[in-house]
Amino acid sequence: MRKLVPILLIVVVGIIFIARLFYMQILDDSFSKLSQTNAVKVEYDYPQRGYIFDRNGKLLVANQPSYDVMVVPREVTAFDTLEFAKLLGIDEIQLKKSLKKARVYSSRLPSVVIPQLTKNEYAYLQEKLRKYSGFYIQKRSLRDYKTKTGSNVLGYIAEVNPREISANPYYNSGDLTGRQGVEKQYEKLLRGVKGVKYLQKDRFNREIGPYKNGIYDTLPVKGKDISLTIDEKLQAYGQMLMTNKHGGIVAIEPQTGEILSLVTAPSYDPALLVGRKRSKNFTKLWYDTINKPLLDRGLQAMYPPGSPFKALTALIALQEGVINTKETMACHMGFSYGRRSRMGCHYHKSPVSLVPALAQSCNTYFAKAYWRTIENYPTAPKGMDAWQKHLKSFGLGDFLGYDLPIGQPGRIPDGDYYNRWYPDIRWAASYTLSNGIGQGEIATTPIQLANITAAIANRGWYYTPHVLKSIEGNPIKDTMYTKKRYTTIDTKHFEPIVEGMHGVYNYGTARSLRIPGVEICGKTGTAENFTRIDGKRVQLTDHSIFVAFAPKDDPKIALAVFVENGYWGSRYGGRIASLMIEKYLNDTITRKDLEKWVMSHSLEEEYLKPYSGESFKINQ
Amino acid sequence: MRKFITAVDWLSIFLYLILVVFGWMNIYSASFSGETGGWFDVDQIYGRQALFIGLSFILIVFIFSLEAKFYERFSSVIYLVSIASLLGLFIFGKTISGATAWYSFGSFGLQPSEFAKAATALALSKYLSDIQVDMKSIENQLRALAIIFIPAFLVLIQPDPGSFLVYIAFLFPMYREGLSSNYILLILILVMLFVCTLLIGALYVSLCVLLLVLLVLFFNRKKRRKRYSRYLLFVVGATIFSFSVNYIFNNLFKQHHRDRFNIVLGKEVDNRGIGYNTNQSEIAIGSGEWFGKGWLQGTQTKGNFVPEQHTDYIFSTVGEEWGFIGASFVILVFIGLLIRLIFVAERQRTKFSRIYGYCVIGILFVHFSVNIAMVLGIFPTVGIPLPFFSYGGSGLWGFTLLLFIFIKLDSTRLLART
Repeated sequence: MRKLVPILLIVVVGIIFIARLFYMQILDDSFSKLSQTNAVKVEYDYPQRGYIFDRNGKLLVANQPSYDVMVVPREVTAFDTLEFAKLLGIDEIQLKKSLKKARVYSSRLPSVVIPQLTKNEYAYLQEKLRKYSGFYIQKRSLRDYKTKTGSNVLGYIAEVNPREISANPYYNSGDLTGRQGVEKQYEKLLRGVKGVKYLQKDRFNREIGPYKNGIYDTLPVKGKDISLTIDEKLQAYGQMLMTNKHGGIVAIEPQTGEILSLVTAPSYDPALLVGRKRSKNFTKLWYDTINKPLLDRGLQAMYPPGSPFKALTALIALQEGVINTKETMACHMGFSYGRRSRMGCHYHKSPVSLVPALAQSCNTYFAKAYWRTIENYPTAPKGMDAWQKHLKSFGLGDFLGYDLPIGQPGRIPDGDYYNRWYPDIRWAASYTLSNGIGQGEIATTPIQLANITAAIANRGWYYTPHVLKSIEGNPIKDTMYTKKRYTTIDTKHFEPIVEGMHGVYNYGTARSLRIPGVEICGKTGTAENFTRIDGKRVQLTDHSIFVAFAPKDDPKIALAVFVENGYWGSRYGGRIASLMIEKYLNDTITRKDLEKWVMSHSLEEEYLKPYSGESFKINQ
Repeated sequence: MRKFITAVDWLSIFLYLILVVFGWMNIYSASFSGETGGWFDVDQIYGRQALFIGLSFILIVFIFSLEAKFYERFSSVIYLVSIASLLGLFIFGKTISGATAWYSFGSFGLQPSEFAKAATALALSKYLSDIQVDMKSIENQLRALAIIFIPAFLVLIQPDPGSFLVYIAFLFPMYREGLSSNYILLILILVMLFVCTLLIGALYVSLCVLLLVLLVLFFNRKKRRKRYSRYLLFVVGATIFSFSVNYIFNNLFKQHHRDRFNIVLGKEVDNRGIGYNTNQSEIAIGSGEWFGKGWLQGTQTKGNFVPEQHTDYIFSTVGEEWGFIGASFVILVFIGLLIRLIFVAERQRTKFSRIYGYCVIGILFVHFSVNIAMVLGIFPTVGIPLPFFSYGGSGLWGFTLLLFIFIKLDSTRLLART
């Protein structure tokens, strides 16, 4: 017995110890986590963000150094706060506030006192900073914009928010990420990959060398430089033409689908959203609800397209075989259908065949073509479905798939759409006749209009529009943008449509806008639009819409212009389109008086009308 | 000579070597600073320990070369020399971190209390092995207690309460030689009362004891002999003990002693101040998981988060870098060594050797269990080293001396007949 007791005691103690070890090392993992935060510090090495060039190699976006004034509170000795505040260009109270905030955060860890000094401010401060112990400068990289336009395409960068941090483990608090435009769309290309360094800390939180000799460390990978399809010169010119007007211009190179310019007006200087003033400026832009400078009207403005849509109505009718190029239709200032229904038209020669009808934008002709297309099927809903399928092949009625992060799908109704509208009756083509002339329930965005223009210019196919041309000099390979998309319309049917659009310039609604030596095809459009004032639906001056491409047989540019409340198609849209084409093809403007007219005419008064609180007249 | 080689207990020596070498590897990791000055650089802690290990091998040869009878005959002399060396500290001693426990020779220091344990073990064995000594006699018990208590007291007033605690180890041989288990029971009851008093307070402890006794009386009410006086004595004794513990704890203990108890009992959580050591040690061990982070790879060890990691907290390095497997291995080696030593002690033919063996077992066991329990956070912080493992020349030599005298005695067991 007396021999056994010590043995028992020893064994029991051993079992207790091993059980305790098992609990600490295997069952309870909280100790492991503590040890990591305890002893290993992670440091990031941020690579340069990639540069952005335009299609001709002009640098649009580079990087600039910026300097944060940092402080480690426990190393600060007494100093002249007034003098230092003056040096930093802030008032003393603000300095004391940020010092207090830093102390509350941590007395040993660095905090930012003044973020993002410019190079000049830094140069001034640099020499005197050594007088103030505990303060030092940390260099960071900000965007440096070499262009004043295209902020809607370029986007901007900003600190990640908590939601982005939790959604993507790559980001840490304080990291920068792209917001809007190319910066957001191609964030992964532009940002590169940040380097990670693991450092072993000791019990005073000092770094004592790399963790495990740096086997987990990675080097940063520089962001990739990208070239856009944007022509900076054309973009800037378009922006200039849109002075004092609201709207958008979308220009596409039909043979490649490359977006040459994507103008939205009013816009803002991209440099506004850089550095210390970013948040103040952003708030200002955000709350400007009259001009809405942050809205990209080229991508987001969704309206009935009006007359340019007649080209599609004709194409579908030709494909369905319900019209031909020879047949003429009579139009007497309109088209009466049903007992009290009548669609008006303006004065022109009558009767007209397809080509002059398009050139003259005859409502009657296209309403009838639409009617026949729908009636070609046993029931109206089936006709509607077939019609919608053709339009979808042009990229209408859905997001187009271009490589920018914002947009609108537009709207192309199908049979079900009207079945929901008219659940109890058998509806017919006449119920939806406005669709045939691009009104009614149809809605498109300017970039969709530019895209169908490109498809017409190509006689039946298009590439999905895109803004990325090449990455580090290598052309993009994404099949989304390198695969031809064919419409459901046969090539042969496009010729009369192109003729008609050519006629618009030769003898139609835009004959005054010809460019000597260039064969342009175009189509005017006018879109009725409404707003709500005190809950009442009020009609505003029509939007001026214009689509065009040139040259006729070897299209180099296809564009859609949209000017809010510009009254009629050729008034603003047509003029701007004409100037844009001349600028792009010839690089010089011969019609200085036309340019002067566009730039000197402002629509600001028109835009203020709904806010005036008084009754006003439209379309004058 | 051939006889010696066959008679010596190689298994114990083998386990000893495992502990010393593995201990050195962990000291190397705990004190490794990145700059390499060679493994035997005496400016580095690991270099010195290597030197100490080398010297202890010389010590072993020396121990083996002496007659086994020498240790028994000269035990009283060794004991007196040891007491003298402890007394001499009050004149020549050097104070390091609050305790006057060192003789200093240049950059090296010698800690006589580490050798006093072996000397006391020899003297106690000598006394208890006397044919006329009977463990049942109170007088003999008191004499044995005096042999133990004199060095223990000298250690306590250094002050080195950790080493004082180690003298409890001599209960092992005394129990083995027939000390009434009532003493052990009494000590257990006192420890329980002590802990309960700290946890719930003296008043409640007294009431609980009273209730318990009344219950026992109630269930035994049919018994004819009712020793009321004994029960009364127990209740009164317990109450007095409990209140005096309360008084001693609150008035005589220093604040840092109180804190240590309170943290282990879970009454206080203070991971930055007094509980820092234990908390960091637990984090280091806990982060080792199954297989550890690998030798020289422990983040906590490298960051020097655990103070005194190369001495009293060396086991936390094992836990972090070698994981559950390595730490369990060390525990099993200790258990194996202790059980082997019990086996060896039981095969002794002389009473002296057997009693000395149990002294060795007791001392190693108390050091091992108190140290590991402290590092694992289940016992208050008591500064005593892990035998053969912790850094320190005096400690290593003291334990080597202790163990190898026993191995020497064992190797001659076949010759001696008493």
